[in-house]
Amino acid sequence: MRKKFTDSAKIQPSEITPYDRYLSRRALLAGGLGLAVAQSVGGFGRSAFAQPAGALTYVRNAALSVPDAPNSYADITTYNNYYEFGTDKSDPSQNAQKFRTQPWNVAIGGEAEVTGTFSLEDILKAHPLEERIYRLRCVEAWSMVVPWVGFPLGDLLKRFKPTSKAKFVEFRTLYDPKQMPGQRSSVLEWPYVEGLRMDEAMHPLTLMAVGLYGKVLPNQNGAPLRLIVPWKYGFKGIKSIVSIKFSERAPRTTWAGAASNEYGFFANVNPDVDHPRWSQATERHIGASAFGPRKPTLPFNGYAAQVASLYSGMDLRKFF
Amino acid sequence: MQQIRWLWKPLVFLACLLPALRLTAGALNALGLWHIGGVALGADPVKVMLHTCGRWTLNFVMITLCMTPLRDLTHWVGWLRFRRMLGLFAFFYVLLHFSVYLLLDQSGKLGALWQDIVKRPYITIGMLGLLLLIPLAATSTAAAQRRLGRRWTRLHRLIYAIAILGVWHFWWQVKKDIREPLLYACGLTLLLGYRLWKQRRSLARISVARLAKPDEA
Repeated sequence: MRKKFTDSAKIQPSEITPYDRYLSRRALLAGGLGLAVAQSVGGFGRSAFAQPAGALTYVRNAALSVPDAPNSYADITTYNNYYEFGTDKSDPSQNAQKFRTQPWNVAIGGEAEVTGTFSLEDILKAHPLEERIYRLRCVEAWSMVVPWVGFPLGDLLKRFKPTSKAKFVEFRTLYDPKQMPGQRSSVLEWPYVEGLRMDEAMHPLTLMAVGLYGKVLPNQNGAPLRLIVPWKYGFKGIKSIVSIKFSERAPRTTWAGAASNEYGFFANVNPDVDHPRWSQATERHIGASAFGPRKPTLPFNGYAAQVASLYSGMDLRKFF
Repeated sequence: MQQIRWLWKPLVFLACLLPALRLTAGALNALGLWHIGGVALGADPVKVMLHTCGRWTLNFVMITLCMTPLRDLTHWVGWLRFRRMLGLFAFFYVLLHFSVYLLLDQSGKLGALWQDIVKRPYITIGMLGLLLLIPLAATSTAAAQRRLGRRWTRLHRLIYAIAILGVWHFWWQVKKDIREPLLYACGLTLLLGYRLWKQRRSLARISVARLAKPDEA
């Protein structure tokens, strides 16, 4: 049954800031925080003020970033799995150019005190942005390193005051076959659904991304709002989110629903649990040296120290 | 017939080499040794090389299987003169496919290759297809054909099984979007179905002829 969202939110229309003004305000705020800007400049040698349109202002979170060199902007924006825009890696960058991300609303529902439909500006305005350089490991056994700009998902979820019944969070991508040609084929069930257990969602590493390389997220990378869970396979990182729902039961997620023997709900990166049709023990790092050797895949994609405790006592072969 | 030998065969030969030449240029590009527009292999060049060689192997198997139906349809026997070369190109591309897989994708580790062959059914059937192609390539000469006589024809019927293994291998390795392997499967069904239909028709004629005889007597 479809849950009716009530507009019980305590946010007045007068409080809503247009996205562009929001962006410029962030820039002003950062102007006062000289140190923060200096840090972000240090990251990629580019100034928050000298950037082209779409530039974001952010603080670089070095503590939660990996030291690895990020992949090129070209690699990250032309090699995408985003079936809503086609199944080939180069399809999204070609087919998503005209995708409209403004206006954008996100429906918040389920087991929470604050529910309703919020504009993207509403969602974003409470959250200072950070840059985090994360490893990305695809279930197809390739990997990248990506400098995301975003904010912790946990900070966002707390605003909606989830109740004690909220054990899981479910996310949905926009369903709009007119704009998303891939949704006209039945290669997957639409709309795309992903989910996290509440403790996974509240983990400080779990990120809501709105930017890439200091700029507004390109459409093919999941604009305007996407999930990043760096210790899980990339398909958990649902893109173009329009709905967040708190629930008592684990949601039926898209890939797990499509082939439950191949893709699990948890989808934690694990070199010891192979995909039934290919090995997960190693990965090919995109962009490294084109013909260099594969590199070993790390448990939890190298984030074991931070997240392994979430799964203590669980049989990771069973809950893959 | 002289025109086939000195004009059309060399032209077809060069055309068959084009995908491999394009990949070579792309590989040089990816290694940073050469820069030429239009041949970029993208962010994951190894995968592009692997899949392109795999596709062309299937393409050449299918094209080879088209020659007999084309002869029947057009009543021009010249088609069959291209069959050996096309079949050998299928073998050439499958060797490239295997080399890219072993040397570039798996960094030449034979242990990893063996693990894959035993553990992953799509690789098992792919390898089986490749191994079955070897005797066909080895007996592709006119001398071998003469020496083997009737057995040659029987041996080379293996191509039907190889084609099925190839499409099956493709089908099992795609993640979710099966449209392309489905297309190959449909093409192969037509090509093999045509042969079955032809065989049944000629069998029927023979039996009709046999039944007819006593009546005549």
